[in-house]
Amino acid sequence: MATGSRMEPFLCDIAVIGAGPAGLAAAAAAAEAGRRVIIADEGLASGGQIWRPDIRHGSPPTARSWQSRLEASCALTLSRTSIVSIRRPSASGPLVLTGECDGAARVIHAKRVVLATGARELFVPFPGWTLPGVVGVGGAQALLKSGLDVQGKRVVIAGSGPLLLPVAASMARAGARLLVVAEQARRASVIGYATSLWRQPSLIARAARYRAAFVRASFVTGTWVKAATAQAGRIAATLSDGHRDRVYQCDLLCAAFGLVPNTELARQMGCDVRDGRVVVDEQQRTSVLDVFCAGEPTGIGGAELALLEGETAGRAAAGVAEASAPRRRRARLVAQASRMNEAFALRPELRHLADGDTIVCRCEDVRLGEIDRAWSPRQAKLYTRVGMGPCQGRICGAALHFLFDWTHDTIREPVQPAGLSTLLADAIASEIEPHPDTTKA
Amino acid sequence: MTHANAVVRIMVDGRLTDAPAGSTVAAALIGAGITQFRESVSGEPRAPLCGMGVCYECRVAIDGQAHRRACMVRVRDGMTVSTAYGDR
Repeated sequence: MATGSRMEPFLCDIAVIGAGPAGLAAAAAAAEAGRRVIIADEGLASGGQIWRPDIRHGSPPTARSWQSRLEASCALTLSRTSIVSIRRPSASGPLVLTGECDGAARVIHAKRVVLATGARELFVPFPGWTLPGVVGVGGAQALLKSGLDVQGKRVVIAGSGPLLLPVAASMARAGARLLVVAEQARRASVIGYATSLWRQPSLIARAARYRAAFVRASFVTGTWVKAATAQAGRIAATLSDGHRDRVYQCDLLCAAFGLVPNTELARQMGCDVRDGRVVVDEQQRTSVLDVFCAGEPTGIGGAELALLEGETAGRAAAGVAEASAPRRRRARLVAQASRMNEAFALRPELRHLADGDTIVCRCEDVRLGEIDRAWSPRQAKLYTRVGMGPCQGRICGAALHFLFDWTHDTIREPVQPAGLSTLLADAIASEIEPHPDTTKA
Repeated sequence: MTHANAVVRIMVDGRLTDAPAGSTVAAALIGAGITQFRESVSGEPRAPLCGMGVCYECRVAIDGQAHRRACMVRVRDGMTVSTAYGDR
């Protein structure tokens, strides 16, 4: 790109960020309503995390049907594209999105935006969690689907929530030697949640199929990981039920504790975010004009709710009348999600796993003992650099929220690391119609 | 999707390695026995954590471009990868 030249932007009516269930549904619905739609996603293929294609087995059937529907709809897909900023440089102009694909800048002009940025895993720091071989639960699944060979590997899964079952099942099917699957929630909570699903026998049947796939490993409840150490090329993982500790020698320790909504772009745009969730109305509108949000960023609710919200957001953004989702179905899914979040609420013991020497911010290697919980997140940043590395606090910010009840600090563009040409393109794009009073330096 | 047994050949820290076609660099490196992807600011070994582009722990140099997330890039025949600590 010639320095100073203005990059030709992609033009569209609606830009959808994220191609998981919510984004696919939003893009398909908006395109079917006749709008010009661009859907941008960071991944190598659409589907998000839940429908990430397996390089050996392809995508699940539900994912394929939505992908075909999107293909048929004429929406334009930009894969491997990270959106690092969204703003409206002039009140009458378009929303300007700046992104990056393989190091090259991408600029999109859109009338409306649907944020479908999904969720990430919550990592709770414990001694040894920075060791190579300690990965997330969904993280392990992502690596496995991306070609990781786990044949004969000794694997421990210690985390929380319904995700443990499919991950354990795929590990076992891929030939891993699963030593134990540990759910931190109490047995009564897990059984209570399972019982509440009696009206959805298909979910129960699916859970039973997963369990059958790793039948040789034990599934324990009320048990969590306390610490990990490196021992002779392996990881020694200590699991505890509060009374007794047990040590497992493994190659891979999968340890994460549920999901955290990705709200960075929403916050960068100034959308109202409460309790870590983007606030939306019945048509998935955020507090910012022309910005919609669907799926996990509005609260962890699973793929079915994400599809419903995505379709609603896509129709609403396209200006379709009667865009609201069927109320009863939505209410049922929301109720189910809140039962799930309640059943798998994290036990207080997890707040005390890290000691003063445990690294909390992995980018800047800030240890828990260096941080005073009486500080504000801003003070902690200034004094210790916590949250100032490449992940921009995505890992430690959520951890400190869990440990100290800290709320997010403000976030500015670019919301993730970007190359100089992207920053330049962003600077140029944001001055599309310069204000007459450009007094700021 | 690719053939189950198809492989591509990549160069990892100067060593030729076969990797499953279609796999990510992160999966390929672990498969090649690489346990340390980078060195943290205080000198600790680090390797992939999130597997989905969030944590930046799997940063390596790919085809001469530093700080690429290994979990977000697919292997390609002839690709060269260098882990940060391997550079020194």
